[in-house]
Amino acid sequence: MTYAISVSDLVKTFGPTRALDGLDLTVRTGEVHGFLGPNGAGKSTTIRVLLGLLRADSGTARLLDGDPWRDTAALHRRLAYVPGDVNLWPNLTGGEVIDLLGRLRGGLNEKRRADLLERFELDPRKKGRTYSKGNRQKVAVVAALSSDVELLVLDEPTSGLDPLMEAVFQECINEERERGRTVLLSSHILAEVEALCDRVSIIRTGKIVETGTMAELRHLTRTSIAAELASPPNGIANLPGVHDLKAEGNRVRFEVDSDKLDAVLKQLVDSGVRTLTSQPPTLEELFLRHYEDAK
Amino acid sequence: MIGTWNLVRLALRRDRIILPVWIIAIVGITLSTATALEELYPVGQARQQLSLTANTNPAFLAMLGPLRDAHTLGGLLAWRWGLLAALAAGVMSMLLVTRHTRAEEEAGRLELIGSTVVGRHAPLAAAVLTAFGANVLIGGLIVALLLGKGLPAEGAIAFASSITVTGWAFTAVSAFTAQLSENSRTANSMAGAVVAGTYLVRAAGDSAGDSGPTWLTWLSPLGWAEQVHAFAGDRYWVFALPLALVVVLLTTSAVIVTKRDVGLGLLPTRLGSARGAPSLRSPFGLAWRLQRGSLIGWTAGLFLLGVVYGSIAQAVGDMVNDNPLMKKVISAIGGSGGLIDIYLATIFGMIGMISSIYLVQATLRLRSEETSFRAEPLLATPVSRPAWVASHFLFAIVGGALVLGAAGLGVGLTHGLREGDVGGILPRMLGAALAQLPAAWVVAGIALVLFGLFPQLTGVTWGVLGACLVLTMFGPVMKLPQLLMDLSPFTHLPKLPGATWTAEPLLWLVGAALVLVAAGFAGFRRRDLTT
Ligand SMILES: Nc1ncnc2c1ncn2[C@@H]1O[C@H](COP(=O)(O)OP(=O)(O)OP(=O)(O)O)[C@@H](O)[C@H]1O
Ligand SMILES: [Mg+2]
Repeated sequence: MTYAISVSDLVKTFGPTRALDGLDLTVRTGEVHGFLGPNGAGKSTTIRVLLGLLRADSGTARLLDGDPWRDTAALHRRLAYVPGDVNLWPNLTGGEVIDLLGRLRGGLNEKRRADLLERFELDPRKKGRTYSKGNRQKVAVVAALSSDVELLVLDEPTSGLDPLMEAVFQECINEERERGRTVLLSSHILAEVEALCDRVSIIRTGKIVETGTMAELRHLTRTSIAAELASPPNGIANLPGVHDLKAEGNRVRFEVDSDKLDAVLKQLVDSGVRTLTSQPPTLEELFLRHYEDAK
Repeated sequence: MIGTWNLVRLALRRDRIILPVWIIAIVGITLSTATALEELYPVGQARQQLSLTANTNPAFLAMLGPLRDAHTLGGLLAWRWGLLAALAAGVMSMLLVTRHTRAEEEAGRLELIGSTVVGRHAPLAAAVLTAFGANVLIGGLIVALLLGKGLPAEGAIAFASSITVTGWAFTAVSAFTAQLSENSRTANSMAGAVVAGTYLVRAAGDSAGDSGPTWLTWLSPLGWAEQVHAFAGDRYWVFALPLALVVVLLTTSAVIVTKRDVGLGLLPTRLGSARGAPSLRSPFGLAWRLQRGSLIGWTAGLFLLGVVYGSIAQAVGDMVNDNPLMKKVISAIGGSGGLIDIYLATIFGMIGMISSIYLVQATLRLRSEETSFRAEPLLATPVSRPAWVASHFLFAIVGGALVLGAAGLGVGLTHGLREGDVGGILPRMLGAALAQLPAAWVVAGIALVLFGLFPQLTGVTWGVLGACLVLTMFGPVMKLPQLLMDLSPFTHLPKLPGATWTAEPLLWLVGAALVLVAAGFAGFRRRDLTT
């Protein structure tokens, strides 16, 4: 097993703030790795250290078998980065920015550039200042994805995209995975990471609190279910993994551990389902439940 | 206009440190200058002498304007400080207005405010009112101080008003420039160019001599401040000119505000190229795209300036030849040719310092690229940090030479044509202009060192440049100790053309610049990117 990124015991302080507080992170070559955490957890800081933009106070970080602080130029030839705050030059067009960044990385794939522009419905002739937040982000995403690099480092690349574009983005990332690229994708949206990532690391106040495949982390999450049944529910309350059940006539509301969902749904179906809504777990709920108490 | 007063309060709160500093500085210098003048030039002989030099030495005329009445303290004060105080009030007002209009809008904060109950004109009105108020306060304090010193009321009011009203005029100018462009740097540069331009245009008019284009003074709001003749006739009617300008510019700006969208300038943005030009493939290619407009503007501006000064240089000589007394004095320093050289040396000194503004601006582009998060994606490509710094700093080093060269070319061509000796004069003028470079490089080096080691303090460079300006230009007139004046790199430059050429101080300055630059590069290699 080779690692594209391996970080251990990384510490980075800004004055009194400990932005990274002994962070350990490993990303395997060829995987799409979700880097999940609430605002201010240290995602961007970790990424900036990995890109040699910040210098860590202590700990080790290896990136593509190099030192991110010393071997910057050589490493940067092999990766592409989408920053969390995309700010374009006001008087350069999106097309010019894509070409510039691509050429600086040593050339871009013309076919993919054209294809991505079309799929993201991006007009490359507009000036930087006239793009909306989402469109600025698309410029950075197209620039990154149309370069032939081994590693993609994406810092909340979808925070400004609408659902349609978010779907396009997910398609593109899946294609990148098939091409064998490694992707580090930071996000604070659990559903997005769930849809895309092979493995996930969850960061909180500068430390990794969980890491594993999405399936392995399933026990951490709960899905909210609301259903209207043909007959009053029975037995559901006693099933393992069901919490906070509220029944009212034929209606039920409850939460269920995501890894116990299957058994619970079978039981519901037996009672005859009229309507069913389910809400995916959110990162916030996950944190509230598992980590708030631990504090 | 709903919400204007709330916004004025907000502006006052945000400026609660910087605004009092400006006001205290302008009023304080007025007081200390008046006191110093009383001591330096006691009644009688000293003042006669001063009057003669002040009104015949074109270099003095260019810097301070004519001395209209050397017999009273008020007259001396108006000459020594009136123009500069008006200039200071202008710069203060300009920075204030852009800070509270365009910069806010650019940062998107205005949108936040605009969504609350605030009239469309409120942000502009609030900025203008704040600046107007600050200038009125300055004027009021100065009147009180001068009356306290026993100066005549009529003159004191004329003097203080010339400062206040000039501040208003520049308030209006920057209210207008803030409407023209989307980014505050451009708006500030435009307003800054106007301030520098008005100073230089009136300098040309004041030093032109009776046969030259003295009317140039009337083209400049700073010239109007002089034309009030405070303490020497008190021509209140001159105030009609700046007040008219204020009305015209503010009305125009108010109309533009209603016509344009929030966040956009008046100048429409068109679609550009879908592909990057072949030159856009290196950090330098990008820096060229970002900096070329400013470089071309500065080069053209300083060439024009050179043309103006070059064409009045000969008139300066004539003025002296018409005056037998002066002629005798002047022949001691090498005849009218010698005088023209001294005049030109002063002009090149001024040009050198003004060009330093360009060098600092070109260098600090690095910092604004960094704080706006635009450096980050570039430095995440194989572009090394030194290469990126060099791509912009080159504009300070080489661009600075171009800007100064253009000024030398303008002077050399026009002065050479008038004297019928382009071949002889042009190279001397080019040399004199380029001799300013080492000092300008030192200033750029200071900007780079701050960028590399103390990025939060890059703004201090402007203070350093301002201090150098005061020390070198006004140090001798203020009779400051030599040790203090030596702190400014510009003090060490040979006074070319005219003075004998010595390479030694230039080499020292180049050496100092090299050390600063090396420290700046090394510092940036080591530090975090910060905002
Ligand atoms: N340059 C800096 N100076 C001071 N503090 C900083 C700096 N950069 C980050 N921090 C602090 O470090 C912590 C981690 O910030 P970071 O930007 O890495 O969070 P993040 O996980 O990317 O959050 P978000 O989801 O909001 O982007 C925060 O508390 C932040 O305030
Ligand atoms: Mg972030």
